[in-house]
Amino acid sequence: MGVMATANGGRATGTFTVKRGLADMLRGGVIMDVVDAEQAKIAEDAGAVSVMALERVPADIRRDGGVARMSDPALVDGIQQAVTVPVMAKARIGHFAEAQVLQALGVDYIDESEVLTPADEAHHIDKWAFTVPFVCGATNLGEALRRISEGAAMIRSKGEAGTGNIVEAVRHLRAILGDIRKITQADSAELYAWAKELRAPIGLVQELAETGKLSVPLFCAGGIATPADASLVMQLGAEAVFVGSGIFKSQDPARRARAIVEATTHYEDADHVAKVSRGLGDAMRGEELSELSERLAERGW
Amino acid sequence: MEEPAATVGVLALQGDVLEHEAAFADVGVVTRRVRRPADLGGIDGLVLPGGESTTLSMLLESSGLFEPIAQEVARGLPTFGTCAGLILLAGRVEDGRGDQRTFSALDCAVRRNGYGPQRFSFEGVAQPVGDALDAGEGPLPAVFIRAPLVTEVWGGAEVLATESSQGSGGGPAPVVLRQGHVLGATFHPELTGDRRLHRLFSSMAGCTKRAPAASSARLATRSLGRPPPGEAVPARR
Repeated sequence: MGVMATANGGRATGTFTVKRGLADMLRGGVIMDVVDAEQAKIAEDAGAVSVMALERVPADIRRDGGVARMSDPALVDGIQQAVTVPVMAKARIGHFAEAQVLQALGVDYIDESEVLTPADEAHHIDKWAFTVPFVCGATNLGEALRRISEGAAMIRSKGEAGTGNIVEAVRHLRAILGDIRKITQADSAELYAWAKELRAPIGLVQELAETGKLSVPLFCAGGIATPADASLVMQLGAEAVFVGSGIFKSQDPARRARAIVEATTHYEDADHVAKVSRGLGDAMRGEELSELSERLAERGW
Repeated sequence: MEEPAATVGVLALQGDVLEHEAAFADVGVVTRRVRRPADLGGIDGLVLPGGESTTLSMLLESSGLFEPIAQEVARGLPTFGTCAGLILLAGRVEDGRGDQRTFSALDCAVRRNGYGPQRFSFEGVAQPVGDALDAGEGPLPAVFIRAPLVTEVWGGAEVLATESSQGSGGGPAPVVLRQGHVLGATFHPELTGDRRLHRLFSSMAGCTKRAPAASSARLATRSLGRPPPGEAVPARR
């Protein structure tokens, strides 16, 4: 570890531009959680821009408990062979050895995810040490900037995975984007107070004040279950969406997946969202937040 | 009377739309997002950005855009595809899905993800061939993200740049192609600060003469008037 880019006949791999570039290409798309090759194929056929390999979807992790870990490499291989879209996979927070394995398997993006059981209670993975890019979750702007300072090339708002309830995703998106709007109005002295309050590097806060946006794409995850949910978070400012349990815990995954893809593209066109929302069958059942025994979004520091 | 400024449409179904808008703003060209067939009216050129080609193909069909764009491209609308956009323009996709259709406007074959998974994505350079890309300015910085590899070129396609260290036959692989009014790059010029490709396409969109069959149809759409200024999308980055 420790080498960010390697020169290979004048080619630089693993640069930040290359890592962030793939996130740019996924904008306006839907990334779907899948546990095996069969689900991956359904997701790709429905228009997913990428699939996320994990051992169990969040709703099952929540229901069954136990330690949730990286997927079996055999399942990752099977998913990679089944689809041509980029394959992401989840590693536990701080578990850099799982991340090394996933990089060796040739996954296209690693999600250092609070949905799995954390491996380190103080440290996230040093993502600069990898050639493969990382996405990390965030509930607020400080968390997002800390993950970027560790080398994340994409941020997703966390929401509350496995609930089918959009309320937390909305809270987190509004928290991140609301603070960005405030920082663009701050004067240069106030930026130091912002950096202190957010526990984030002053350089990133200053850059944010200048550009008015995060230096990496901001996607949304955690609780999206319907086409209208996707339209909502895109209108709030998300640049793409992750859907976990919302697809394969619904009555008709293929149709719902395709409807969410179309709603994410045409999020500003309510007629189109209405058209694709018709007769999709039952959505996942969903959970009221006050009934949860554990909040996954609180994992990560 | 002064001719109104040219407007380039950017297909905005999925992918790196913002970067193309910013690149055209750099060269002083107005852009408009294309999500529905009506958005094609009155544009002088069309950009197919990078993204996922399977997703773009599906969304082109479901949005009712595939046939209208195919007709416009065939009639001579200047069109520029980068990465996934080039795949959509290629004559043949070697490992595409059975249901993946293309506009078949560039006489070339491409292999998707021709360089391997993301860990082999790279920043490198493209060497200009001939002078369409101002060879005097040196090689173009080029960002290849899960890029397609051009494996064969035939017919009317002209190679404008190559990448030195790869190629199915061991030689340099073509990375920029032009065929009449159609331009394609396997990499992402919109992710670098070099604007030669966007300048070249802007001049293609501003000067290209269209086939006679096209002119009446295009005049008809133009008589509906240009979009109000509010519809033109300013650069956000």
